[in-house]
Amino acid sequence: MVPISYYLVLSAILFACGVAGFLIKRNIITIFMSIELMLNAVNLTFVTFAAQWQALSGYIFVFFVMVVAAAEAAVGFAIIIAVFRTRETLNVDRVNLLKL
Amino acid sequence: MTLNLWLIPVLPAAGAAINGFFGRRFSNKMVSAVALASTAASFAWALLAAIRLLGMPADQLPYIERIGVWLRSGDFVVEYGFYLDHLSMIMMLVVTGVGFLIHVYSVGYMGHEGGYYRFFSYLNLFMFFMLTLVLADNYLLMFVGWEGVGLASYLLIGFFFLRDSAANAGKKAFIANRVGDFGFLIALFLLVKHFGTLQYTDIFHKVAEFSPGIESGAGLLTAIALLMLVGATGKSAQIPLYVWLPDAMEGPTPVSALIHAATMVTAGVYMIARSNAIFSRSTTALAVVAIIGCLTSFFAATIGITQTDIKRVLAYSTVSQLGYMFLACGVAAYSAGIFHLMTHAFFKALLFLGAGSVIHAVGGEQDMRKMGGLKKYAPYTFWTMLIATCAIAGIPGLSGFFSKDEILWQAFSSPHGHWAFWLLGITTAFMTSFYMFRLLFMTFFNEYRGPVAAQHTSHEAQPHAATASAEHAGHTHAVPPQAPPTNAHDHGGHGEPHESPWAMVVPLVLLAVLSVIGGYVGVPKALHGGNHIEHFLAPVMPAITAEAAGTAHGGAHPEQEQSQAAEDSSLELTLTGVSVAVAFAGLGLAWLFYVKRRDLPAKIADSLGGLYTAVLNKYYVDEIYGAAIIGPLIAFSTRVLWRGIDATLIDGSVNSGAQGVRELGDSLRHQQSGNIRSYAGWVTAGAALVILYMVWMGTR
Repeated sequence: MVPISYYLVLSAILFACGVAGFLIKRNIITIFMSIELMLNAVNLTFVTFAAQWQALSGYIFVFFVMVVAAAEAAVGFAIIIAVFRTRETLNVDRVNLLKL
Repeated sequence: MTLNLWLIPVLPAAGAAINGFFGRRFSNKMVSAVALASTAASFAWALLAAIRLLGMPADQLPYIERIGVWLRSGDFVVEYGFYLDHLSMIMMLVVTGVGFLIHVYSVGYMGHEGGYYRFFSYLNLFMFFMLTLVLADNYLLMFVGWEGVGLASYLLIGFFFLRDSAANAGKKAFIANRVGDFGFLIALFLLVKHFGTLQYTDIFHKVAEFSPGIESGAGLLTAIALLMLVGATGKSAQIPLYVWLPDAMEGPTPVSALIHAATMVTAGVYMIARSNAIFSRSTTALAVVAIIGCLTSFFAATIGITQTDIKRVLAYSTVSQLGYMFLACGVAAYSAGIFHLMTHAFFKALLFLGAGSVIHAVGGEQDMRKMGGLKKYAPYTFWTMLIATCAIAGIPGLSGFFSKDEILWQAFSSPHGHWAFWLLGITTAFMTSFYMFRLLFMTFFNEYRGPVAAQHTSHEAQPHAATASAEHAGHTHAVPPQAPPTNAHDHGGHGEPHESPWAMVVPLVLLAVLSVIGGYVGVPKALHGGNHIEHFLAPVMPAITAEAAGTAHGGAHPEQEQSQAAEDSSLELTLTGVSVAVAFAGLGLAWLFYVKRRDLPAKIADSLGGLYTAVLNKYYVDEIYGAAIIGPLIAFSTRVLWRGIDATLIDGSVNSGAQGVRELGDSLRHQQSGNIRSYAGWVTAGAALVILYMVWMGTR
């Protein structure tokens, strides 16, 4: 059986990749994907512990996260499209109308 | 049986409140009616209380009237109560009696000054505090009165507050008094600490039981007595704090008479006499009191000789006479001190009121060199002033003679006395006689040297509806419209000097009568008198008489004692003879200098050169104080306290704190960029720190 720490380490690496992508990338779609990556890293942790403790609530939580992520993606892409239509860019640094 | 003593101070307080709050809307007549009625009622009640006190059996004395508890803190209780014995009875009668006469006089004198109601309100307020001081049954209540009279004095010295010198004199008096009050306060703290009470009866009882053998204990009583003395030198204008009193003459003349001659300045003497149980236990403290009194009376008298301002001469004379009272207290002859206090209240109040009348007569002039010949213009003033001058100079038969002689005799013969005290005292007596007759001769004799029918604008031209400008003008006030009793012609301007209105003359006459008869309560045994006042005060000061008798004639047989007494008596007569001779010598010398050969004083002054200049400038004491204390104090306050501590330290730390926060904020401002990824970076960094911390905690 694969030790639990492997799952956790993999999850941490995925999460770290997500954080790094979020911090480094300027393309708003890439950032969005990084967020999804972080969410799924957390999902991985959830199922790991759920399997470890034989607890059903862990699996249920993962479904919740997926549902919320899907909803978020729908709203998020709508916003991104709206932004691209008005600003003609996907670079977040140039979406700075509210900045002084 | 209750005497309702509380009424005596409360009546003037009510007068002060009524005039103070509503006086602005009253007519002058109404204001004077309120002020006079409250003071007269207070005097009448004091008289009644005194008579009833004398009817009380001796074992009921002192009569104490408790109103209630003022402070209670554990075992320490201060009551609010009044205390009447023979000592406070004399003080109470002097304060209310002389105070009432001066109120009457003020009605005439202040008639055309601005702030009439304010003046009487302050005057009544003074009466309230003075009576509180005198009648208090504990030191704390006495201290309330003590501070209160200081306040009233400040207000009245600075009464013409638009005049700079008056405002400054008020401040000077207040600050000099504060120095003294500080000492008094420390003495009270020591009393509380070591005896746990401030009630007179308890303290005197405990002091009497206090073991004298313990060195520290003897030192304690000396310390308390000396600190009390510091307070007394402030209030009673003794060396080194006397400097405020001459300047206090900036106040209206009735104030000088009431506060700075007759009553308030004697508070220090009263306090020492009241605390005789403490002072008598410390030979050192008594010696210091005597030396201070003696030196003050001597130096003040020398300054008095050279002054030309009529009120300043009287001011220095007051300082000098207070010195006599201190001398008496210092040789443990408290009753002699109180005796002189009483007679001095009469004749010095009379002298000041007379001086006020003179100033009034010549239209506000205070320089004696511009007076002269007033005898024929103001006869009542002249005769009453003559009586007062004779009284203070010690001409036999008048009050001052008996009281001053008693002090000189005690200074010589008391177990605490010394011939040097007597010598200085008798020299001072000579100078007193000289400068007082000098004042009299310069003012009333020879020809009038002031401007006649010139420069004084008539009071029609300058309407006497007293305005602020009249207040500003101070003593150069308009002439009262009442026809003076002797010359009714004076209506137009201030042509010739003139007699004062009746309201001013009547108190003069009454005080003159008192100045004559006041001494007969204390005719010494040597002159076949009863010396009633000493016996009268004996219950208050039992220790002194017993101790004095015990030490002076210690262990003598009755017959020896008798011969001793006879010797004493003849010695006392001799000394009395000397003081009489000295008084007349002063008179004669003044006559020679200021009536017969008026060129002599200038010549003598020239030949004395520097000494004369030094005395004329009051030994430069004000300048020395200015250079030694006030100057450094101001420099220290300016450089260290203001620029150093306030501006640099306090303001500096607050300002640099604000500046630092501002700069920090300025640099942190840039962190809030609006860049989402930098925020995310901070969040990540924070999360990483938390994780690191948890890991670190987990591995421990």
